[in-house]
Amino acid sequence: MPNLEHPAYPAADLLHLESLVPCRESQVSMLLSIFGERQQFSFPSIFIYGHTSSGKTYVMQTLLTTLQLPHVFVNCVEYFTSRLLLEEILIQLQSCSGSEQTSAVHCDSLNDFVRLFKQALAARELQDQTLYIVLDRAEQLREMEANILPAFLRLQELTDRNVTVVLLSEIVWELFRPNIGCFEPFTMYFPDYSIGHLQKILSQNHPPDYSADFYSAYINILLGVFYMVCRDLKELRHLAALNFAKYCEPVVRGEANERDTRKLWKNIEPHLKKAMQTVYLREISSSQWERLQHDGGEPGQLKGLSAHTHVELPYYSKFLLIAAYLASYNPVRTDKRFFLKHHGKIRKTNFLKKHEKTSNHLLGPKPFPLDRLLAILYSIVDNRVAPTANIFSQITSLVTLQLLSIVGQNDQLDGPRYKCTVSLDFIRAIAR
Amino acid sequence: MSTCSVSKGCFVFKPNAKKRRLPEKTAHDFRSTSHDSEDTELRFVTCQSLWNQIKFETEQIQEDLNKQLLDNLVSFLSRSHSDFQEKTTKWTCRMKFREIPTAAVVLGVNVTDHDLTFRGLSDVLQDNITPYVALLEAKDCPAIKNLMQKLMGQLMNCDIEVDSLEDEDCVQVPQNRIRCSMLSLISWYESVTKKTDSGTPSKKRNSSSRHWQSPPVVVIFKDMESFTTKVLQDFIVISSQHIHELPLVLIFGIATSPMIIHRLLPHSVSSLLCIELFQSLSCKEHLSTIIDKLLLTSRFPFKLGEKVLQVLINIFLYHDFSVQNFIKGFQLCIVEHFYSQPLSVLCCHLVDLKKRVYSLSHAQCENIRRLPSFRRYVEKQESGKQIELLTNDSFLKKETERLLEDLYVYHENYVSILRCLHVFTSSLPKYPLGKQIRELHCACLENQVWETEEYESSLQLARMLNKTDLVSMLQQCVEILTSSSGKEFDKTVEKLKEFLTQFQNLEVAEASQERDVSVSSQKELQKKTDLYHLQKTLLELKESRRSKKLTKFEMLRFEVVDYIDRLVRKYLVPADNRTLHEIVYFNAATVLRGHLNAAPRTALHTALNNPHRYLKAFSTVVMAGEEPNADAASSDQVDDIIHARFIRAVSELELLGFIKPSKQKTDHVARLTWGGC
Repeated sequence: MPNLEHPAYPAADLLHLESLVPCRESQVSMLLSIFGERQQFSFPSIFIYGHTSSGKTYVMQTLLTTLQLPHVFVNCVEYFTSRLLLEEILIQLQSCSGSEQTSAVHCDSLNDFVRLFKQALAARELQDQTLYIVLDRAEQLREMEANILPAFLRLQELTDRNVTVVLLSEIVWELFRPNIGCFEPFTMYFPDYSIGHLQKILSQNHPPDYSADFYSAYINILLGVFYMVCRDLKELRHLAALNFAKYCEPVVRGEANERDTRKLWKNIEPHLKKAMQTVYLREISSSQWERLQHDGGEPGQLKGLSAHTHVELPYYSKFLLIAAYLASYNPVRTDKRFFLKHHGKIRKTNFLKKHEKTSNHLLGPKPFPLDRLLAILYSIVDNRVAPTANIFSQITSLVTLQLLSIVGQNDQLDGPRYKCTVSLDFIRAIAR
Repeated sequence: MSTCSVSKGCFVFKPNAKKRRLPEKTAHDFRSTSHDSEDTELRFVTCQSLWNQIKFETEQIQEDLNKQLLDNLVSFLSRSHSDFQEKTTKWTCRMKFREIPTAAVVLGVNVTDHDLTFRGLSDVLQDNITPYVALLEAKDCPAIKNLMQKLMGQLMNCDIEVDSLEDEDCVQVPQNRIRCSMLSLISWYESVTKKTDSGTPSKKRNSSSRHWQSPPVVVIFKDMESFTTKVLQDFIVISSQHIHELPLVLIFGIATSPMIIHRLLPHSVSSLLCIELFQSLSCKEHLSTIIDKLLLTSRFPFKLGEKVLQVLINIFLYHDFSVQNFIKGFQLCIVEHFYSQPLSVLCCHLVDLKKRVYSLSHAQCENIRRLPSFRRYVEKQESGKQIELLTNDSFLKKETERLLEDLYVYHENYVSILRCLHVFTSSLPKYPLGKQIRELHCACLENQVWETEEYESSLQLARMLNKTDLVSMLQQCVEILTSSSGKEFDKTVEKLKEFLTQFQNLEVAEASQERDVSVSSQKELQKKTDLYHLQKTLLELKESRRSKKLTKFEMLRFEVVDYIDRLVRKYLVPADNRTLHEIVYFNAATVLRGHLNAAPRTALHTALNNPHRYLKAFSTVVMAGEEPNADAASSDQVDDIIHARFIRAVSELELLGFIKPSKQKTDHVARLTWGGC
């Protein structure tokens, strides 16, 4: 019995659609009832949000293409300026209409856009069908000119045409709402896939050489390992494809048959755990992983990215970095005590104020002036350091290497202030 | 556009009209400023040719050193999009997510050297893999828009360049007309690859022999650390969406550690990449090779003195790790030497030496007589010869030639023996004379190495080496000496070989003898019962042990070490002691330090001691601020040079922190530079 029912669309199409969007039937039927029939005016703007890979883009795209609704699909990350975005929408409109390759579109403002949009619609002869403009990753719109987002939300009104704008985003609508207010779109939430959903979706496209049950069992094991850390469907599918060959190994060699679940589990489980520590974290790349699998080597031979943490620095750069770390994490008052030979007596009690007793490592690095850095440097280096330009240029190169960062604006007279951005472990490794 | 100036200010860039004829000008500079115009032309030419040789040599070395890295990268790149070629429809390929192949190249903190590596890399790529290589720098890409612009500009231009050689009717698209989007890049790529596919046979041969049908597009991020997170993220997200149409490969140039990738990119973005790590040779090894090939060789007549070498090495180790800077410093030494030392005309290859010595003028002969090392030499001669040397030019020339040839031979021998000594010292525990050959070299140049404590202790340690080590070292020494070009080493090699055979003969004899000794003494011990006698024998035994402990092997070992010591004393004499060393050795460390170790504080002190110049500039600034009208009125007559000097003074003052551009009103610097108010 089909879940999706709509008088405006043929039942066969709906059935096909349903098979394409597993676990998203309720959202689709909701959308369909909002869309209404082809000629009916729909909501001016619909805002769909949900976590990464909860099927927003996929569902929208399948829905629009299967039912052959006129639509324009644009990714806002890709068209990073408003001009590019508007022009892209117009270009897609024109190219869909099948007319000959039109000359380059010029659209600098929304005003132009509305005008050109009407023209393009007229050329397309849609017979008053609703046109859907889908803006994927709509959060990028917030960074464009202030009028873009409100204008898209009421494009129907501005153009006086049958058009619906669908915004897709990973964040909630509250973060979009501009200060000056705007037309409120219809908001819709796509919940995360549950583990059952994931199982169902992943098992759907099993490899041609093996049975669906066999693959489904494999997916079950895979989810058992990875579901705790990763619910991203794309990532899971990628991992499934990467490790499937290993899973099949005993079957290929004839040591186990397809039903021998326990044996297969024993074979694959440690392998998957290793994959979680390496491939999933991008410690080693998936092609390296495949090659390892192929050669039957141990992953231990390949060092991951985080194994290469050691950075070789010139002599004075090391000391500069250590001095910067000390300056960043020690209060100024302690400098005299730590770096001066005759610092006088300090009362032990209440030497540190109360707020200073919390670990400085929890508070993060504090900015310090250049002079303090140099003073500490001179006191921690054994022999005399000449304050040459080389020392100063090293500070700058440490900044470009992102080991230090400059704080505040760069003012020659006030003297620059820096922060040390490296961790204690890094400093320990250097100080050795 | 960038300048080499450290100060902020306005700079005027004039388009370089024509290639200036630089060499002549420099030659002219050489001439006009040196006080005695002796052989300046020749010195300049020698300097140039020497530098060219050295430059060629260093480039060769660098190419060799980077070869491994480049080969790895090339194989990675050719592997990366192989499935793009095949267009496989296998299940795994369909299911797998298409990641962007990414090479993370860890190059070390010596950022100044990276340029050369990247240039080599892009050349190699263009030769072997793909014509489409784009090099991006962080400072050009503050936003994704700029990045795309830069990328498309580089890619499309490179294509136009290639094409315009062959056919003229290619569509030259002005850059600002193209929409900066991935789509236009893709359509460009499609058109380009299609064109080569259906091109004329001649064209096809050209492209298909080197590149594949659809070569990957390589984007190199030169300085990964400096890119902003957002730009990188956006770029990766965009390109991962089009990876099916555009076979992109990224190369990240990383100066610190590959962890920076994880710091810059969140997991959602880094999961779009297929990152493989490549590591370049460490810069210290690089430097060792450079020193080995440039300094410890007799191929180049020019030599560095101890202090100068020390300055260069210190700058490298203490400050920048930059091999390029080291070579620049070396170049500076060469230029300075040929510029300041009139006798450097004799710093040439042995072949030219005779001619040059005999064509010396009288003034140059006087210069030779003034050299401290030569005067020391003269004082040691008998009086008749002294007079002859000091008065007779032709006799002097003959003597000079001989001495210089000696110096040449000395250097040849020096290098070989130095290497031999290094074989020994580099395997001693704790390395009393340093692990690297450069440290040993410095120690030997500094003073007579055999008088130092470190040498003494390393000889002590060498006397405790075990046999296998010693034998292998001797074999290495033999190899070094036989391959060296010095002619005096035939005897030495023979002697060393003799040692080796002796060691071999030892093996059997030694063991039996040892047993004999111990047995006999034991027997003696058992015979005596008297307490007094027992004590006496024990003492004797102890004594004998101390002296007799010298087995044959130990004797031989002593002999070997003594022989090495003798070689060292004979050949590793510091260059300062050699006559006429000033001609080939550059030793003006203070000059070099002045050039390379700029000290702003010293500059400040001199400025404060001589405030006249700065005050004058300062008053001009103040005056200009007060009377802008007067300045504007008279600006027509302002001499360009004065104007330029003024602007420069202003920016210097700004650098030193005496003045500062205010943000309230149009500041003086901008107003004065642009004129008017």
